[in-house]
Amino acid sequence: MEITFRSLWTIIHGMGFGALYLLACSGALIELYRLTCSSAPSESTPGQTRFLKIYLVTMTALAWAAVLTGAYVIYPWYRATPPPGTVDLSMYPQRLLMSRPSTSGWHSLGMEWKEHVAWVAPISITMVAFVFIRYGRDLVNHKRLRAAVLGFAAASFLAAGLAGFFGAMINKAAPAQGGPTIHLREGAEK
Amino acid sequence: MSSANPLTSSKGPALTNGSGAAAMLAAGIGSFTLAVLALAADKLAPIKSALVFYKPTGPLSGVTTVAILVWLLAWVLLEMLWAKKTVAVGRVIFVAFVLLGLSFLLTFPPIGDLF
Repeated sequence: MEITFRSLWTIIHGMGFGALYLLACSGALIELYRLTCSSAPSESTPGQTRFLKIYLVTMTALAWAAVLTGAYVIYPWYRATPPPGTVDLSMYPQRLLMSRPSTSGWHSLGMEWKEHVAWVAPISITMVAFVFIRYGRDLVNHKRLRAAVLGFAAASFLAAGLAGFFGAMINKAAPAQGGPTIHLREGAEK
Repeated sequence: MSSANPLTSSKGPALTNGSGAAAMLAAGIGSFTLAVLALAADKLAPIKSALVFYKPTGPLSGVTTVAILVWLLAWVLLEMLWAKKTVAVGRVIFVAFVLLGLSFLLTFPPIGDLF
């Protein structure tokens, strides 16, 4: 059982940061909705409000970690230019995708959108975390700000979801491979 | 058990809405700047090469770095202007969401290719 260095970083980026962010985002959306839009009386305590602040700060860190590892660790491997005459493009995911009509759209639409729209997620969630920390329990007195916070959190979820979907599909069609091989476990002989 | 919302202050808001409005408009400005720079880098070769801040990442490094700087600068300036004020938050939020929506649309390649 082994994994390449690039595959490991792709997992850290996509599942460690990206997927965890999406999971956390769905929870945050429900909690923000409950806290800000529900007409029912809220039972939130100061401790719960503090927990949500820490939760949002953690989400912000995850979102930034996802885009920064994506742009500065994975993306350079993805867009690497092969030496002239290279026939085997398996180490050059962008060129591999573009070499076949059946996969070129994953680059020209998927990656071209993902590499930019993904950054809306950390920008939006940073704002959401800031506003929630700044206003705290006083946010309930600002109806429009509450609704907008929820809207930006939803936009962040959408941006991260788009990036995650295209990232997963691109990695399926042309995975980032190479680098040192890390042996995780010796397999039993047949 | 009280039936009143414990989050609601009977004295009204303790903080003005200016700080929240500033953060939201700045997020909209930052997202929109990112989309415009991405579009410009895709269409204009001199801008594309000028935005290569880190060669392995290409123009994406400059597009995102400049957009983040514009976002943070806009946030600081708006915070300085509005932090202690009550602003027309409905209009500010509307503009912020328009900018956010445009950033989604302009980064979508089939729409970007129309320019």
